[in-house]
Amino acid sequence: MADARPRTVTFRVRRFEPGRDERPRWEDHRVEVTPGMTVLDGLWKVKEQSAPSLAWRSSCRMGICGSCGMLIDGRPRLACNTQVAELGSEVVAVGPLPNFDIVKDLVPDLRPMFETHRDLRPYLLRDDTEEQDDPTREYWQSPHELEEYLQFSYCIKCGCCMAACPTVATDPHYAGPMPLAQAQRYDSDSRDAGFGERREVLSGGDGPWRCHFAGECSQVCPKGVDPAKAIQLMKRDLVFDLLRLRRRKPPAAVAEAPHGLPREGIPPAPPRTVPEG
Amino acid sequence: MASRAHPNRLGIRGWVGGGRWGFERYLYTLHRITGLGLLAYFLMHIFVTSTRVLGPASWKQAMDAVSGPLFAVGEYLVFAAFAFHAVNGVRLALIEHGFLIGPPIEPIYPYATSVGRQRPLAVAVMIVAGVIALWGGLDFLTLR
Repeated sequence: MADARPRTVTFRVRRFEPGRDERPRWEDHRVEVTPGMTVLDGLWKVKEQSAPSLAWRSSCRMGICGSCGMLIDGRPRLACNTQVAELGSEVVAVGPLPNFDIVKDLVPDLRPMFETHRDLRPYLLRDDTEEQDDPTREYWQSPHELEEYLQFSYCIKCGCCMAACPTVATDPHYAGPMPLAQAQRYDSDSRDAGFGERREVLSGGDGPWRCHFAGECSQVCPKGVDPAKAIQLMKRDLVFDLLRLRRRKPPAAVAEAPHGLPREGIPPAPPRTVPEG
Repeated sequence: MASRAHPNRLGIRGWVGGGRWGFERYLYTLHRITGLGLLAYFLMHIFVTSTRVLGPASWKQAMDAVSGPLFAVGEYLVFAAFAFHAVNGVRLALIEHGFLIGPPIEPIYPYATSVGRQRPLAVAVMIVAGVIALWGGLDFLTLR
């Protein structure tokens, strides 16, 4: 007969209170495990039952917002996406993502990552600012062109890749997998014309050439973005560009108005909800 | 305002903290270690051979100093490091130019990654480097 007693595990949580603690310390909490319980659920139980001051970031609880990246049993993961049962251990060690300073307990300071991300201009760079400010139609893009960057656009900026990267571990100046993958996401977008501008930032010693394919970023990415692939493709583009072998095409134009298609039965567009001008 | 955050960068531990992580991370670390080892050997080699300009006596003295069994083992380790570094270097040169990792794909769980795609090459690298190192080892044994 199966043991009817509820299973409990120890949550070994890394604690750090700025101004009070000299250095982070481990704290153990017993938690009753329920079927389907995630590490995030477990942290909520710890907070409710024994450590009300425990701090972490979380929001959506479904692997979309990217807030709850943590070092769980030695591997960067999303706490909401990791079931306690799948870890299969009696002790669940939860710490803040490494390679980022600790703000408090399980809260990493992600600002350096986002500053680098911003410096690489992660948006469409084009000359037609009027069209971008007040779009008349969408830019034309084929399904094949979409596939060139779609995988990289699933990034949720959780920082797990940065925590897993051995180069980020030793080099604080290295841009890191997330910002580089996002730069490649826009560089490979047929609507973008910013390759030259981003190249100026990327061609330095802190750019993609610091990556030597340890592959950890892709192994831990909870969304299958594969930053390692994006970085290697970026290097190929940079080399091909230097050798003048890279195809240079103008950015995609605004799509033409549909013609030759029956328009009957399609209601007119609703009135604008934002005032013009 | 001064930050009161606590530093948490892994440093060199980030290279070797691979207990439950990927195979390629070990190759990454080994490539760095063998690279540093080859550099150290190269500097020592330049120093030892440069004694030749001081005359035959200095040259003989230097060669006697590096002829013990410890240096023979060290020479073999240099050869093994060279075998790995060279073959793995070819793998990295290919991958770092975007070859053998496949095009971007739709991420559908369980996710296929570029790491898995090039894994056969990584395994082949280890086998080829191992065979070269073994062949070199036999050569070292039969020559001495």
